[in-house]
Amino acid sequence: MNQTLLSLRNVSKSFDGKSVLDALDLDIRDGEFITLLGPSGCGKTTLLRLMAGFEHPDDGSLTLAGTDITHTLPEHRPLNTVFQHYALFPHMTVFDNVAYGLKMEKRPKDEIRQRVDEALAMVQLGDFARRKPHQLSGGQQQRVAIARAVVKRPKLLLLDEPLSALDYKLRRTMQVELKRLQRELGITFVFVTHDQEEALSMSDRVVVLKDGLIQQLGTPREIYERPANLFTARFVGETNLFPGKLERLGDGTITVDVLGVHRTLRRPSFPVCEGQAVHVLLRPEDIRVLAPDADHGLAGKVVERNYKGSTLDSVIHLADGTEVLASEFFDEDDPMFDYRLGEPVKVSWVDGWEWLLPVEPDELPAGAELAVNA
Amino acid sequence: MLKVRQQPFKTAVLALVWGWLLVLVLAPNLLVVGTSVLTRDAGSFIALPVNLDSYRRLLDPLYLDVFLHSLYMASVTTLCCLLIGYPFAWALSRLTKPRQTLLIFLLIVPFWTNSLVRTYALKLLLATNGLINNALIGLGLIDEPLQMLYTEGAVIVGLVYLLLPFMILPLYSVFEDLRRELLMASHDLGAGKLPTFIHVVVPLTLPGVIAGVMLVLLPAMGLFFVADILGGSRNLLVGNVIKNQFLDARDWPFGAAASILLTVAMAVLLLAHKLSERRLGNGESKP
Amino acid sequence: MNRWLPRAYLSIVYALLYLPILVLVVFSFNSSRTGYRWGGLSLQWYESLFNNHAMVQAMWNSLWLALAAATVSTLIGALTALALHRYRFRGKRVLNGMLFVVMMSPEIVLAISLLALFLLIGLQLGFVSLLLAHVTFCLPFVVITVMARLSGFDERLPEAARDLGASDFTMTRTVLIPVIMPALLAGWLLGFTLSLDDVVVSTFVSGPSYEILPLRIYSMVRVGLKPEVNALGTLLLVFSLVMLMLSQWILTRSKR
Repeated sequence: MNQTLLSLRNVSKSFDGKSVLDALDLDIRDGEFITLLGPSGCGKTTLLRLMAGFEHPDDGSLTLAGTDITHTLPEHRPLNTVFQHYALFPHMTVFDNVAYGLKMEKRPKDEIRQRVDEALAMVQLGDFARRKPHQLSGGQQQRVAIARAVVKRPKLLLLDEPLSALDYKLRRTMQVELKRLQRELGITFVFVTHDQEEALSMSDRVVVLKDGLIQQLGTPREIYERPANLFTARFVGETNLFPGKLERLGDGTITVDVLGVHRTLRRPSFPVCEGQAVHVLLRPEDIRVLAPDADHGLAGKVVERNYKGSTLDSVIHLADGTEVLASEFFDEDDPMFDYRLGEPVKVSWVDGWEWLLPVEPDELPAGAELAVNA
Repeated sequence: MLKVRQQPFKTAVLALVWGWLLVLVLAPNLLVVGTSVLTRDAGSFIALPVNLDSYRRLLDPLYLDVFLHSLYMASVTTLCCLLIGYPFAWALSRLTKPRQTLLIFLLIVPFWTNSLVRTYALKLLLATNGLINNALIGLGLIDEPLQMLYTEGAVIVGLVYLLLPFMILPLYSVFEDLRRELLMASHDLGAGKLPTFIHVVVPLTLPGVIAGVMLVLLPAMGLFFVADILGGSRNLLVGNVIKNQFLDARDWPFGAAASILLTVAMAVLLLAHKLSERRLGNGESKP
Repeated sequence: MNRWLPRAYLSIVYALLYLPILVLVVFSFNSSRTGYRWGGLSLQWYESLFNNHAMVQAMWNSLWLALAAATVSTLIGALTALALHRYRFRGKRVLNGMLFVVMMSPEIVLAISLLALFLLIGLQLGFVSLLLAHVTFCLPFVVITVMARLSGFDERLPEAARDLGASDFTMTRTVLIPVIMPALLAGWLLGFTLSLDDVVVSTFVSGPSYEILPLRIYSMVRVGLKPEVNALGTLLLVFSLVMLMLSQWILTRSKR
């Protein structure tokens, strides 16, 4: 599990003078499900295409299981790809599509038949072998594409936004199925997506990319709960940012003034000094909404409420204009729990659930924050 | 290294096609340009010195008349094709898909039939003792046969007959792309039939019109055999002049100059086509 | 506007388009020698057509030329389309533009320029000069036809084949060519017909050693009426209809 399967060193790539990847280092471990996450244009697809061999780095190297594959042609790399729109050969049957890779390996006919049948059975398409791709539904085409790629027993499977063309429900089903396949086959999956929910729910590790640079590499929990910077914090999930001013350094703790309320928090890992401005990050589900007469918390009023089924999501305007998103689970004791618009409340959070980030030098002024996420 | 390994195939293909175009298109055309500024020679067709006499002779009233007459016939042909083809393409695009396919097929069938033979078939109809005259006399509408063959009209009929599909096909393709919702939107916003036609349909079908004009106007000046078969000696096309200079009169420089006239006309039309496409914002997406 | 006015209009235009062809076919079975009056059914013009040795020879010549021109232009045209589609290279726009200009330029301009070239390099006018000329004017049409098919082609398909272990060559053979086959066929047929029909270019670049059908017809119809032409026209019509239907049949079959 911890052994490195594919390692990228100092990989750079630019198109027409525009840098897409910049001196990127990445180690992919054997057997893991790793996701490349980022907004469109962040370089994630280029990164995947470099691994597959459809692009070649301007600089740097790729090593797969100890072998340098930087200049290896795609057909000679022991890894396979599931393409975004499946790229099934329209003139071949499902069987021939899946058999294609094995025919290229010049396997005996019997072996091909057996392995293709197995692969199709694995994706529950055994009865569809004689069909042509256009006679299948989107979900079935997706399964054929997966079967075609895994039938060659690659060391590494690259998946380029494979679920983007499916509707919501099918997407969820395929997410579960992909996880099951990955466990059963024990193949390393490199998955590209721009959907942060998908990334968090499926991956062992997530690589957050922006402008060709790795913003953060970690487990879904690390990414979500301890974002390395504001970009990751905003891109992955909803985030409340409170402006804070560091008042006093203590022993393993700091005291921060958050909009006039003083709280003693755990000392963050980045270097701090008194008087420094920091961001206090809180996820909507970490916010506690209190009655207006509570003895602590920041005063504000409810300006929006959205019933979401399992949660009640509300937007609260604080006195200074800061917008706070809160997501609260329904309480069994109070099934009618709700807010009136304009209702005065106080917001707070449980000590230790906050996450601190330094104020970055080139940061946008407050107020522009929500626009970035939208 | 992917690129380097693919190089032999790529290089070979590009060398082949570039070689073909350079040797069989570019070089010959340069030869024609060169020929047009040389002097006629009885023995070897062309000789020094370099001069612009041939271009001067294009303005000679004798030839200028022929060219203007040819341009006139080509213009009338193009206009006829447009007037017939525009409503035709529109009506065609409103039919159900299978019918459209069938009718397009029927439109192309004559195109797949030898154009000389079709021109000859017109002759059967138009001749002094041909079918139309026979029919008209038979019906008692006329006493004397009409002179239809060997007239300007006959040449125009012949050209329209041969070139009509070349007008209809580009028009049909723009009408097919014209989404019904755009017309509905125009009506929805309060425009009547005529304003919708002027402000929506015409601008959107203009590239098709220009493409059609280009495909009809130029051949209508060059298809010498139509004038030969249907037009007699007085209704010549630019194509006839060029052919006569090259094959009969053996005045190559003058023939070459006349052909450059056609090339210039083509360049003007190509430019118009390019501009009309750019106006719709898709000039870059098409070759 | 009602439904039948457009339909009536379409019908009238089609009637006018087909009237001369109909007349041609009917009169090919006419026994009258004058050519304008119906004198009863007869196959005499077909007979005299096939007894005309020079005519039959011209037919064969044209057929061979069209076969060769269509095949060569499809080969070069398809490769060019592939290169234009797949590779980035210097002068790509120039190449594209040049093909477009060749397609658009009046045939007669191409004809005299090729004549000038052939005389300059001392190529004897005959089969070779005809072939070179015909391939040149067919080429852009084939390129356009194949390019149209390729532009609707999923860019990921070649990559998928490479990813599954196919070399560039194998990918071309097993994926690219089967997918663009209908376009190749359509391009070939277009080239075949263009070559068979061409009068303008052939008038200039053919020589006495290789007489082809359109020129033979031309010399017959320039003066007066030749009933044999009716018969020949009918045969050509049937021939192209068969070809067209054959291609339609192959295309619909390949879709299945």
